[in-house]
Amino acid sequence: MTGEIGLLALCLALALAIVQSFAGLAGARGSGGNAAAIAQGAAMGLLVFVSLAFGALIYAFVVSNFSILDVAQNSHTAKPLLYKLTGAWGNHEGSMVLWVFVLSLYSAFIAFAQRGGARLTSAALGVQGLLAAAFLLFILLTSNPFVRLDPPPFEGAGLNPLLQDPGLAFHPPLLYFGYVGLSAAFAYAAAGLITGEADASWARAARPFMLAAWIALTLGITGGSWWAYYTLGWGGFWFWDPVENASLMPWLIATALLHSALATERTGAFRTWSVLLAIMGFSLSLVGTFLVRSGVLTSVHAFANDPERGFFILLMLIVAIGGALALFAWRAPKLESGTAFHPVSREMLLLLNNLLLTAAAATVFVGTLYPLALDAWLGKKISVGAPYFAITFAPIFAVLLFLVPFGPRLGWRRGDLHSAVRVLMPAMGVAVVAGIAVLAIARPASAAGDGAFALATWLIASSIIDALRRNRERSFGWSAAASTLAHAGLGISLIGIAAVLCWKSEASDVLAPGKSLTVGGYELRLRGVEDTQGPNYFAKRGNIDVLRNGRVIETVSPEKRTYPAEGQAISKTAIQTTGISDLYVALGDERGHGSWVVRVYVNPLAPLIWLGGIVMALGGCASLFGRLRLWVTKPFAYAAAE
Amino acid sequence: MTPKKRRRLYFAIALVCAGAAGAALVVRALQDNVLYFYSPSDIAVKHVPQDISFRIGGLVAKGSVARGPGADVRFVVTDGKTKVPVEYSGSLPDLFREGQGVVATGALHAGVFQASEVLAKHDERYMPPEVVDALKRAGRWKEGGT
Repeated sequence: MTGEIGLLALCLALALAIVQSFAGLAGARGSGGNAAAIAQGAAMGLLVFVSLAFGALIYAFVVSNFSILDVAQNSHTAKPLLYKLTGAWGNHEGSMVLWVFVLSLYSAFIAFAQRGGARLTSAALGVQGLLAAAFLLFILLTSNPFVRLDPPPFEGAGLNPLLQDPGLAFHPPLLYFGYVGLSAAFAYAAAGLITGEADASWARAARPFMLAAWIALTLGITGGSWWAYYTLGWGGFWFWDPVENASLMPWLIATALLHSALATERTGAFRTWSVLLAIMGFSLSLVGTFLVRSGVLTSVHAFANDPERGFFILLMLIVAIGGALALFAWRAPKLESGTAFHPVSREMLLLLNNLLLTAAAATVFVGTLYPLALDAWLGKKISVGAPYFAITFAPIFAVLLFLVPFGPRLGWRRGDLHSAVRVLMPAMGVAVVAGIAVLAIARPASAAGDGAFALATWLIASSIIDALRRNRERSFGWSAAASTLAHAGLGISLIGIAAVLCWKSEASDVLAPGKSLTVGGYELRLRGVEDTQGPNYFAKRGNIDVLRNGRVIETVSPEKRTYPAEGQAISKTAIQTTGISDLYVALGDERGHGSWVVRVYVNPLAPLIWLGGIVMALGGCASLFGRLRLWVTKPFAYAAAE
Repeated sequence: MTPKKRRRLYFAIALVCAGAAGAALVVRALQDNVLYFYSPSDIAVKHVPQDISFRIGGLVAKGSVARGPGADVRFVVTDGKTKVPVEYSGSLPDLFREGQGVVATGALHAGVFQASEVLAKHDERYMPPEVVDALKRAGRWKEGGT
């Protein structure tokens, strides 16, 4: 029954999504009224039915209902409960249901919050309805998760072991909250164009959705990077893999959008540009989905190589992006432009921020899509890796990071550069001293790493100075806390990246039991490799003593696991965070006579990379909380302000 | 010029400059920093430069894997028509097997491919697309079989 209930719920959800889109768009023309009320009701109903379908799918995975094809192909009775749950979205069909579930959550919130007035809300609901209908149609036509299998197999095929990991339980839902959150920003942008209300109050209405999306993307990317670090066994935290880039591009544009919308809601500046960024952000989310889901790329994320699905997503991509850009071209010239600002002003810094972030996103876009285009047109197979990004993305980002601290110190419309420089001088001094000190004392392996270290110090020191100044001026509110945390978080991540660039050391050798290798001041001695097993895998576990100055300080146990149900093998690295640096040990392949390849990386300060991501997300939360608090506690004052 | 128009002009100029600088960086970077992919037959037929990094893919020839001394490994990559000897030092991926697909990054030195990185498929069903393509071109690809 579960499958039929789920399928029926999806069909009803599609009907409601269509109602929502028509009623919403109709409501945008009048002064709200009946049509707008219908759209709101439809949005709530959509959430109910999509939740029902999603719940049915999760239930089928939990009870291992193998009469459903999707469950039989992606689950196994021996899997731990957590991975039965997460297996529900660890496959193409389920992940699309999760996508629509998040979309309907955002729709319901738009309907509930009624931000920016009745017409704007109604139009935004209409656009969201269109998106939900398109995705539901996609699910029902090409990716039905509830297809029955008769007769049901006795056992399922299992889930890719790389996905059987606590990090993967939360990373995809977070990324989806981000991608789909950008759909809410997109819906508000289209709504602003339709109603002609893309002004300061529009930016204020759409901002919580942009923030929610940005926070989720930041955490999702941080989680994904952490997952890649400890599962892939190569000691790296970012590989410029197309799938990673697919999440980085929307993040860069979402970051630009947050900053540009800041100016829009404050002075009404950049309103067309903010609208365009909102369209671009969601378009890149769709591009990312297309890349990852269509099988154009092969990676752990590409579940199915189905050209039909790829074609459908491509079609959706063209209609959504083309439609939005056409709407933009038609309506944007009718939007009023904001007030003028001086070349030395916060607006100017926000403008530079936007240009640099967009340029950075463009370099990632080219680096990601150029190989695909070349393959499609000329049949040439190339791959673009870290060296390309090191000379395109990195310099653009370095300029951006240098400019970051000036923004919060300059006033709106017209700022005082002298006073900003005077206030920031100590931070500049600290950064220069840090850069020189690192160069002189710690002998960094890379000049770029040393520069990154100085930039990181500059970001953190100036954030602290800015926070202290504002505290003394009694203007340290939620929004100041947000910018301090977000900018300092960027600096914290950068310190981790710089330290790994400068002082990472690695060694790999074939070790027989009792033999050892030395790396970065540690000696690692292989005690032996034993057989062990988990709930659904067998493993070889290496027991390796870590010695410092001849004394054993720790024993680490990296594993090599074989999953018989899935016919796959993965490495489980052992990461020992000693104080501030990571000792990262991976067990390689067997080389006969009980000897094994052992790979060791010493990554100083590496945990800061992900800590910085979390601090940045906290900054976003501070901004979101400040706004929601105002909205909840003083709804009338807030409405008047809008 | 009205302030509004002047602002738009500044914006347009900034955009064009940023775009041009970005495009120049990107084009330069793409010229020097991409890795081409060649199948074993490509290496035999085309003139593949020595000592320039590229990627090679195919199947690990049966009975060709020789390990040692230390972390050194030697094996032969084939697309069914042509064979290329590969030398590598380091840890092999979890699913590196004889008769299975493999993609290696490295350069040719005196006819031997010195690999700096070796990647294999990460599950039993999956075959690297480059390898599938190389086998198809050599006429050795059977649909549905590995």
